Amino acid sequence: MDNVLSITTFLPLIAAGILAIFLRGEDEAAQRNAKWVALIATVVTFLVSLFILFDFDPSNTGFQFVEERQWLLGLKYKMGVDGISVLFVLLTTFMMPLTIAASWNITTRVKEYMIAFLILETLMLGVFMALDLVLFYVFFEAGLIPMFLIIGIWGGKERIYASFKFFLYTFLGSVLMLVAMVAMFTDAGTTDIPTLMTHEFASDSFSVLGIYVVGGAQTLLFLAFFASFAVKMPMWPVHTWLPDAHVQAPTAGSVVLAAILLKMGGYGFLRFSLPMFPVGAEVLTPLVLWMSAIAIVYTSLVALAQADMKKLIAYSSVAHMGYVTMGIFAANQQGIDGAIFQMISHGFVSGALFLIVGVIYDRMHTREIDAYGGLVNRMPAYALIFMFFTMANVGLPGTSGFVGEFLTLVGVFKVNTWVALVATTGVILSAAYALWLYRRVVLGDLIKESLRSITDMNGRERAIFAPLVVMTLLLGVYPSLVTDIISPSVEALISNYDTALADAQINAASQTADISH
Amino acid sequence: MIQLDLNIILPEIVIAVYAMLGLLGAVYTGKDKTAGMLVWLTAALFVAMAFWIGATGDGTNLAFGGMFVDDDFSRFAKVMILLAAAAILLMSQEYMARMGSLRFEYPILIALGTVGMMTMVSAGDLMTLYMGLELQSLTLYILASMRRESVKSTEAGLKYFVLGALASGILLYGASLVYGYAGTTLFSGIIASAEGQAPIGLLLGMVLVMVGLAFKVSAVPFHMWTPDVYEGSPTPVTAYFATAPKVAAMALLARTLYDAFGGVASDWQQVLAVLSVLSMFLGSIAAIGQRDIKRMMAYSTIGHMGFALMALTGGGAFGVQAMLIYMAIYVAMDIGAFTFILTMQRDGQPVTDIASLNNYASSHPARALAMLILMFSLAGVPPFLGFFGKLYVLRAAYEGGFAWLAVAGVIASVIGAYYYLRIVYLMYFGKEGEALDPARSPVLWGILMASAAVMVLGVINMFGIEGLAQAAAMTLVN
Repeated sequence: MDNVLSITTFLPLIAAGILAIFLRGEDEAAQRNAKWVALIATVVTFLVSLFILFDFDPSNTGFQFVEERQWLLGLKYKMGVDGISVLFVLLTTFMMPLTIAASWNITTRVKEYMIAFLILETLMLGVFMALDLVLFYVFFEAGLIPMFLIIGIWGGKERIYASFKFFLYTFLGSVLMLVAMVAMFTDAGTTDIPTLMTHEFASDSFSVLGIYVVGGAQTLLFLAFFASFAVKMPMWPVHTWLPDAHVQAPTAGSVVLAAILLKMGGYGFLRFSLPMFPVGAEVLTPLVLWMSAIAIVYTSLVALAQADMKKLIAYSSVAHMGYVTMGIFAANQQGIDGAIFQMISHGFVSGALFLIVGVIYDRMHTREIDAYGGLVNRMPAYALIFMFFTMANVGLPGTSGFVGEFLTLVGVFKVNTWVALVATTGVILSAAYALWLYRRVVLGDLIKESLRSITDMNGRERAIFAPLVVMTLLLGVYPSLVTDIISPSVEALISNYDTALADAQINAASQTADISH
Repeated sequence: MIQLDLNIILPEIVIAVYAMLGLLGAVYTGKDKTAGMLVWLTAALFVAMAFWIGATGDGTNLAFGGMFVDDDFSRFAKVMILLAAAAILLMSQEYMARMGSLRFEYPILIALGTVGMMTMVSAGDLMTLYMGLELQSLTLYILASMRRESVKSTEAGLKYFVLGALASGILLYGASLVYGYAGTTLFSGIIASAEGQAPIGLLLGMVLVMVGLAFKVSAVPFHMWTPDVYEGSPTPVTAYFATAPKVAAMALLARTLYDAFGGVASDWQQVLAVLSVLSMFLGSIAAIGQRDIKRMMAYSTIGHMGFALMALTGGGAFGVQAMLIYMAIYVAMDIGAFTFILTMQRDGQPVTDIASLNNYASSHPARALAMLILMFSLAGVPPFLGFFGKLYVLRAAYEGGFAWLAVAGVIASVIGAYYYLRIVYLMYFGKEGEALDPARSPVLWGILMASAAVMVLGVINMFGIEGLAQAAAMTLVN
């Protein structure tokens, strides 16, 4: 299995090709076949990806399973995983069968729907495995196309506005990153990510258009990458595309968006921003930390005021991503461990929450909180699952949500106590909006006439939630499962970061000394 | 001696003689009845010539004392021009026959115009430059007004003629200034007198020559004719306008700038940078409001020319290589997009209204998918080939020290993405409406699918044009 990464990445694409070429017709049988092909393909992909996990050596902090081929323009087709990316790969392959299973009720253009999701899976996996700058960009950007179509074709009423906003917003962020990549290519003469990680980009301060830039080229490059990843995360104040996209996307689209696509931003910070531009990152750390703290409090307050369930969960996602950016830029072991943990955990929890909304949306075709109430009377199993994931979202100890929030808060407390203080209030606010949502939807008396005949979850729905519950609990009580894999790589990342900063400081000091002589 | 010269321009002679014989033959035999056959014959000749030039050409050969240059650069451009023209002819046949406007003059004119373009890219002298340019322009004026009975078509032809004549005049004036200061019209002589500190008159002449050529590539602010002419001309002719002449004019611009004015690169880089940034932004913004898909494609062309100019602005061999690759990709995309436009018809009548694409994907899934790929490729979204064209150009601009131009370019491309997305949105997200006719032409279907397939499969190795473009650029810039 020398090219297990390529096999994992392109399996879904091959399945999409098979669907596109061999499946004809729009009748019931064809639709069922499309669903089964997609489901089997994603499950097989997951099983293949387990090989990566089992053969992965956590103590090795370098890249593993590396494949390399020449490509045009001196670029390379190079894939590989390390401790930081391997779990995102697993998260993606784990979530995809669940999203396909959650789409069983789709009836329009089923074949195209499944093809779009399979292509999307290939592109997402590619993002986490690419070890060439441009290859990464290709996967990163190409993912916009299927997502644009998923929102636009199978979305809700305002889908056109949402799809355009999603596409153009993220596209604008990314093209600046593209220019920065071209600059890096020219400067370092290669697009090989491991080489670039050790390449020292110039960090002498200079003036551009009359503005004095501390950290020089590194700060500018950092900002260009930041434009892309901050939109993707999304960070306050460039998060406004997310609630629209989430609300209008079909359930499975929301799940993929929340569980996997948002993680690309955090992954990008860890793969590019910190290792490649340490000086730029350090210059802007206070800004990022405060933006994260504001995001946590502000979006939690906004979530309190939402009348639409999906929108509420979308804002809660933005708040949780705030913990992630905060942890990453704390730049210490707890912070980054916590950020990665939080991303994995948020993948399960927010994915599950969107599925939970999807369950009642499939029955009632509304996401208005006011349209529900007292569901516990008719849907006890549903109420239990909802309760569980609400608690995980709040960060109750024993669920995976707690570990991530706690670690990131510890990490940032060491660096900036005030930010930690502000961010901690977010924990309280998240309990407020999540529990209040639960009370309004599930508890109370069943007085709404339309809800009298609502049915509890069927076997398929229960089967979708089972693995998510298991994972959330397992990571909550035994977090070492994750931290054992990521810690060595994170440790290497931090030590490189600190060394690079120290070197830069010595350089700067010797330069000032030269000038004063 | 003369025989050696004639050997070098043999491909041009063959096509010119073919055009004359075809004209005579058609007049004395069946006139328009022979048109269909002539179209296929001409396309076959173009393809054969492209193979001949591509396979047998070797080294740098000068003819007529340096007035005509046959080198890797001109051969690369000629192959591109010939293949584009051949594809256009194949696209046109069915459409023109359906519209009842398939005349035997059409392939003949295309052949003559192509000879003009081949002369342009081989120009080694201001006289050759002008001769090729005029031969090309005159045929284009006539082609634009091919549909004599249509007011719009004749208007397009006339408008193009008047403005084109003005541009030619400016170019001639610039050429005369250059001659006055350099004392020669040969590029090799001009470059000798334009080394380092060039006289101001020479620079003025150079700028005026650039204006004339900017008109031909429809760079802003010399683009005014483009939307009207694109809209008014018969669609296959519009497709021809958007592809082969653009390659020829862009190649001619590169050749003039490097062979004749290579010593004052820093002067013309500034001019090109302005043209480039204006074209990219106007092309992106003005296209948003268009209702007619041909007008939209006109603005799209303007934007893409801005990108090609950005590559030239970056300068150096890599800049020229990036320009050639960008143009090759652009031509392949535009041929596909115009093929799609040719298939758009309702009740037997061609429609060019963008709104008529409403819900196109549910009735024509395969063609909608091909158009989707082409639109995303035109917008420069990976993983399609259009993105790699942009990547080359951005790198050329950045390496040439024009980082601000690269940033401006990507911002313009985001704005431009909006109107390409609008086509996709109409095709896929639109509501039920009156559907377009199912198209039956297998030729058009084949070209459309081939173009889309190129956009996807080209990502693997660009079909090897990377090395060829590099060799071509190296001969021009050394």
